[in-house]
Amino acid sequence: MSNPQQLRYSKEHEWLSVAEDGVSTVGITEHAANALGDVVFVQLPEVGDTVTAGETCGELESTKSVSELYAPVSGEIVEVNQDVVDDPALVNSAPFEGGWLFKVRTAGEQDDLLTADEYTAFTAG
Amino acid sequence: MSSTDPASAQNAGQRLTALDAVHRALGATMTDFAGWDMPLRYGSERDEHQAVRTRAGLFDLSHMGEITVAGPQAAALLDFALVGNIGAVKAGRARYTMICRADGGILDDLIVYRLAETEFMVVANASNAQVVLDALTERAEGFDAVVRDDRDAYALIAVQGPESPGILAAVTDADLDGLKYYAGLPGTVAGVPALIARTGYTGEDGFELFVRPEHAVELWQSLTKAGEGVGLVPCGLSCRDTLRLEAGMPLYGHELSTSLTPFDAGLGRVVKFDKEGDFVGRTALEEAAGRAASQPPRVLVGLVAEGRRVPRAGFAVVADGAVIGEVTSGAPSPTLGKPIAMAYVDAAHAAPGTQGVGVDIRGSHEPYEVVALPFYKRQK
Repeated sequence: MSNPQQLRYSKEHEWLSVAEDGVSTVGITEHAANALGDVVFVQLPEVGDTVTAGETCGELESTKSVSELYAPVSGEIVEVNQDVVDDPALVNSAPFEGGWLFKVRTAGEQDDLLTADEYTAFTAG
Repeated sequence: MSSTDPASAQNAGQRLTALDAVHRALGATMTDFAGWDMPLRYGSERDEHQAVRTRAGLFDLSHMGEITVAGPQAAALLDFALVGNIGAVKAGRARYTMICRADGGILDDLIVYRLAETEFMVVANASNAQVVLDALTERAEGFDAVVRDDRDAYALIAVQGPESPGILAAVTDADLDGLKYYAGLPGTVAGVPALIARTGYTGEDGFELFVRPEHAVELWQSLTKAGEGVGLVPCGLSCRDTLRLEAGMPLYGHELSTSLTPFDAGLGRVVKFDKEGDFVGRTALEEAAGRAASQPPRVLVGLVAEGRRVPRAGFAVVADGAVIGEVTSGAPSPTLGKPIAMAYVDAAHAAPGTQGVGVDIRGSHEPYEVVALPFYKRQK
């Protein structure tokens, strides 16, 4: 699997797009989606919620397990992906595309996230 | 994101089946199961589940524990050691039964195949195989019979699903039409000697093939080829669990344990008090049967979610703010399209359709419908 170069990654396996107009898109990586198995339920933050980097903001339920979703950055939720709420399998089939989870208006640049190469090395270890 | 699942990386000391290289070549996600490194899934567990329901699936079950009991008094030994009437099983047939402690607690649930008049194969769960072996060995004292650990003597491959008779027929001359459900016969499959059993744990028609480990890869590949045209796929333990849950089949460590007697588990019918002679647990089980008749224990029921959050083993079942039971197994049901669970609940709330029952899912009481088991029954 390949991790898109233009994204940034957290050690909790979220990806984050580089902010445009201060807004970043967040999802979970293909590595995480594969580890979870078939995702059957997602609980996302609501539009208007404030999330804090490193804190839980939702959950992902798969056939065999429940995983907490962490916010990779702090900010205000401006959009959630209703498609993925309706069809959680999108997280498995298109984790970097149609399976995105929410958009967040970030407070500032995030320095502690990994590049694609760093994340690839992290998950290979 | 952090998963609550244990890491699936292979740990030192894990046992590998004869098909290990095949699983890795197929890209399986592996998991530890009772000390064995087993395939959890090859791709999507939902797709594997649906393949078994509609076409066919191929399973490596080599972790199951085979124990041979043979000798002039083999049947008498098993009648003493187990709760079933094994002496009444005809050669070539199989029986679902249990082995209990003297206090009636369930040590394991078993399938016993009568291979010949004086030879039986007892199949135990992987996690209990040693316990069962030790108990049978101890209970064999004074009987003219031997108990042999044959865990390393067999690999076990199952082909399950509506297409399985056709797939197997393509690679064997054995009389499959004459092989009834819960029967087993020796034969040749794909050129290798096998015990062919019409048993399984999926709720579908299917076969379990016991072969020598050195023949496992050859058999697996022949079955894969025979199933190519009809949609046979390799299947892991994850879909095996959702298949057996939909079929309402108990799993040791979930629905069954040493703290329950067969009567507490709603499976009192497997205890045969009318067989000849004494058996381990008889006195305690007679008491348990009496208790169950006069004062119903918690009842194993099915729960179907109205929402989409999944109940897990150990979650409390609630009604009117009080705990009335506990979930033993839960998963999203691919066939029903909703989360389902098996749970032990107080008899007052056990009737199908009982109102106001919920499951406490991480603090939130989600509504559930009480239904009779199984959730799924195949059309014959």
